[in-house]
Amino acid sequence: MKDSFTITDFAALQAQLADIPAERVLTALARDHCTDDDLAALLSPAAGSFLPQLAARSRDITRQRFGRTTQIYAPLYLSNYCVNRCAYCGFSAGNRIHRRKLTLDEAVAEAEILRGRGFQHILLVSGEAPAVLDVEYLEAIALRLRDRFAAVSIEVQPLEEDEYARLFRAGITAVAVYQETYDRRVYDRVHLAGRKCDYDYRLATPARAAAAGMREVGIGALLGLSDWRAEGLAIGLHLAWLRRRFWQTGFTVSFPRLRPAAGEFQPLVAVNEKHLSQLIFALRIFDPDVGLILSTREEPRYRDGMLGLGPTRYSAGSCTAPGGYSHEDHDGEQFSVGDHRSVDEVCRVIRSKGFDPVCKDWDRTFQQVVEPRGHAICTRV
Amino acid sequence: MQIICNGQRRDLAEDTTLAAMLAMLDLDPNTVVAEVNRKIIERDQYEDLRLRDGDRIELIRFVGGG
Amino acid sequence: MLTIADTHFSSRLFVGTGKFASADIMRQAIEASGADMVTVALRRVDLDNPEDDIMSHLDRERFHFLPNTSGARTAEEAIRLARLARAATGTPWLKLEVTPDPRTLLPDPIDTLKATEILAQEGFIVLPYINADPILALRLQDAGAAAVMPLGAPIGTNLGIRTALQVEIIIEQARVPVVVDAGIGAPSHAARALEMGADAVLVNTAIAVAGDPVRMARAFRQAVESGRDAFEAGLGAASTVAHASSPETGIIGEDLGFLQEGA
Repeated sequence: MKDSFTITDFAALQAQLADIPAERVLTALARDHCTDDDLAALLSPAAGSFLPQLAARSRDITRQRFGRTTQIYAPLYLSNYCVNRCAYCGFSAGNRIHRRKLTLDEAVAEAEILRGRGFQHILLVSGEAPAVLDVEYLEAIALRLRDRFAAVSIEVQPLEEDEYARLFRAGITAVAVYQETYDRRVYDRVHLAGRKCDYDYRLATPARAAAAGMREVGIGALLGLSDWRAEGLAIGLHLAWLRRRFWQTGFTVSFPRLRPAAGEFQPLVAVNEKHLSQLIFALRIFDPDVGLILSTREEPRYRDGMLGLGPTRYSAGSCTAPGGYSHEDHDGEQFSVGDHRSVDEVCRVIRSKGFDPVCKDWDRTFQQVVEPRGHAICTRV
Repeated sequence: MQIICNGQRRDLAEDTTLAAMLAMLDLDPNTVVAEVNRKIIERDQYEDLRLRDGDRIELIRFVGGG
Repeated sequence: MLTIADTHFSSRLFVGTGKFASADIMRQAIEASGADMVTVALRRVDLDNPEDDIMSHLDRERFHFLPNTSGARTAEEAIRLARLARAATGTPWLKLEVTPDPRTLLPDPIDTLKATEILAQEGFIVLPYINADPILALRLQDAGAAAVMPLGAPIGTNLGIRTALQVEIIIEQARVPVVVDAGIGAPSHAARALEMGADAVLVNTAIAVAGDPVRMARAFRQAVESGRDAFEAGLGAASTVAHASSPETGIIGEDLGFLQEGA
């Protein structure tokens, strides 16, 4: 039987988090290597009283592992067509928004604008509409962009392993696919129609991407749908499970908080900045190597304050509508951003805080196509 | 005929079986593994296997080890 | 409970059968150790001096035999010994050792990986003896090894777990069981390995050459049980500075003044 990751009982995770004493939090803070129980302690209500201590530990680990650097990337929205009805999302199939999909030339033009602004890492994003935006299209874009950027990532509909392998060969190096919520009950409630209704298929997607040889795989949960503490524990368990199986893959975690979007969906649970910070610090302490992403969903004050404390990657100057970089007067956004500053402004702040904004992490020139077992089978030409 | 067993030359009568040779050496067939000309011989073939002139035989058994 | 390749073991102590003064002491020591996995080696029968067969001293119903390929200097030699071992035991279990340097008896990582790939495909349950190299451990796991056996120190040295840092990384990363092998010279070393989270230890010399091997075997049994208990109970973190046990003192935190209430 092929093994797979699952969260059978979200309520059990919540129970694990309840009634953890303050002493247990201190034990977890003092550890070199955290167990699942330590992560639970760091996410517990009791740990909320130790937020400055969590921050200090998270800062030290981050600095030791990543140095005084912050990676910078920008999303490039390819299409806002979507077959799913997700209660919280601006692209949801039922929403009356202006739908469009960029042509290959339009996508490359958008990418050129981002390159002109100094970006070397872009994230291709789309709604989930395989009939409109398929693997062939992504492959064609990747082939046109791969020599212009150091890294091209995707955040699109879940794909099959052979499709990920094909995109990897075309130059896509990273895949992000967020579970939105690990709480199956809530998942079923907010995903009203479309392929996305299949919780298990989505949950198995990061493993498929890693098995296909992707250099980096991103996971995460949309904060505001269910108990953020238990989501954090589930993310940690998922991450540890993936690490054990795909030791050659790098992993990232993203922490999108629900933002106002078309459809007037209100968050089901409140997640404030303190909660978000605790979640970020706890995951950093749990996994010193994981990349942590803080997007422009958050406000400048918060993003600037969190610099160096745990997150390692920031998006900047983002527009969440297809074609939004070429046309100022766009509409059809996925969500409205909280940080409207240009990439130059963001980089200025990063430097002023003593950090180096890094636009590329590694160079694809040296990449070989590797099969999952780690044996080089052919050199990319 | 002459065979080489564990590096030693030995003279055997024609058509001696592997089982017969083990009996001559006072070895319990259940405690040794035999290789004839680098080929492992299954225990149930010891009775049937007739040795040939020039065969190289290795008799191996377990010893203490870590 | 320890499980390797779907087989359950009641003890996390594996013992070797070499270097004992007599077969009888060996048998008594193994009894006292509580081990249910014992390692054995394969050698040519000495025709001029055919000694006892070790198998006759140990009840194969009670003890799981783990034959090794000691003496092999290359992958090819190890594979030949492995096939002989399978013919002898009737089981595919194998402790793979490839040691080209007779002085240190340190394992050859390249030929060990090569032999593991081939033997795993032939259906062997391979437990390779390796230097404590985390990437090698993962490569072996990917090649089909059923467990990995990193060394604590060169074999027979009794130096303890000198490779602790790398062994910790292997334990953290590996999906297959980790059996610390070689170098364990005292029960405290074995306890330390289990406290670190090793799934089992293999001990031979330290028991076999003790003044009283039977008593030493019992000491190792207790140490392994203690070490595992401590690991499962969850050790407190070690630190070079004092940590006050009351929450509000002794820890300096980061200034989080930028956080806004209600945001």
